[in-house]
Formats: sequence, structure tokens, C-alpha cells
Amino acid sequence: MSELAITYEPIGVQQCIDAVMSTQSGGIDVFIGTVRDATKGKKVLRLEFEAYEAMALSELQKIAADVRTKWPVHKIVIHHRTGVLYAGEVAVVIAVSAAHRDAAFDACRYAIDRLKQTVPIWKKEVFEDGEVWVAAHP
Amino acid sequence: MIMAMKINILAFGIAKEIVGSPLTTAELADGLRVQQLKNDLEEQYPKLKQLTSFMIAVNGVYATPDAVIKPGDEVALIPPVSGG
Repeated sequence: MSELAITYEPIGVQQCIDAVMSTQSGGIDVFIGTVRDATKGKKVLRLEFEAYEAMALSELQKIAADVRTKWPVHKIVIHHRTGVLYAGEVAVVIAVSAAHRDAAFDACRYAIDRLKQTVPIWKKEVFEDGEVWVAAHP
Repeated sequence: MIMAMKINILAFGIAKEIVGSPLTTAELADGLRVQQLKNDLEEQYPKLKQLTSFMIAVNGVYATPDAVIKPGDEVALIPPVSGG
């Protein structure tokens, strides 16, 4: 089971964990991406996330499929939020279950690293004196 | 005679701001390749050249430079992604 979602609604972290829980799994690894209140020492008022939703979902499916070719995982859940997020809020949750912890740790790490490289989601940092699309310019 | 085709071009993130709209309809030469489209877009919107990079997606899939754009394709400007 792979459950992949782009949602405007707040992410239910416990729901993500419950969704990958399985009596065959000995380990669950969870990555939670949260919003920081500053970047390079400068105060961030909020982040604004935007997604090319249909393509983001298909890229997440590719990541999940890739994970399954590399590690013996049971269930994968990836939820990514869009819209306006404030410091302390959850932007993304990746939860992976496997029989043993090595696969869960490695798969979860791989999934977030790949998400950050390939999934068409963008975030803009809003400061008191301007806004910056993260990573857009060298 | 060059045949033309109408293509929807979606723009996201900073590309949306540079192009001025999340959706533009462009009339492109039939058989246009992705690299040529990129060149044309950079010429029309020079600020695209200042980005670290940008990709083109065709029908929700990252396109290679030599891919051919067909009538009815959904083309998207994908500036550097920053999810997660």
C-alpha cells in the first residue's frame, strides 16, 4: 500500500503513522518536515507552498515505486501540504514500515531526498521586507 | 508553410510571476521541440535565464530537450523545485 497525497488541509501525523502500521512490520520510520521561523538568521513570516498537483502525485508514485525496488518495505505514506504555512506547522510527512528497521530508515531518507529533487512543489519564503522563491536563483 | 498548434502552457512558482499568468495559450509551430520552446520562452521572458534552471514538463512528465510537442499537449514551466 502506498498512500500519496497533496493536501490543503493540515496533515494528520498520527493518521499517517496508523496507515503504515502493520502486524508484519517491526519498524516504522517517519520523517516530518516542519516550517522554521528563520532562514540564514532572517525572520520568516510564513511559507507559501504551491504544487503542480497531478504531476506531483505521479512523481510521488515514481518515488514510492522506486523505494519498493530498492528495499523490502511494507507500506508507504507521503502527505505534502500546500497553501500558507507558519512556523511550527508540518509541511510534509513520509512514513514507511518494514519488517526490520534498516529498510525503514533507508527508504524514508531516500524518499524525502528524492522528493526534494523531483516533485513539482515550490515554496516561497515571506520576510518582513520581501519574498523569495526558495532555490529559484543561484 | 509552417503549421501552427495551440498549446496550453502552465507556469508555477517564480515562473508564473515571470510569465505573468499561471496559464497561457500559445500558438507554436507544429513539431516544435522542447529545447526550441525553452529558447523561445527565454527570449520572450529574459528573466527565465536568471533562474538556476528550469525544466519543461509535457503531459505531467519531465521532457527531454529533443522531445516533440504535439497538439493538445499540456506543457508546464517547472522552475527549480523546493518541496519538502
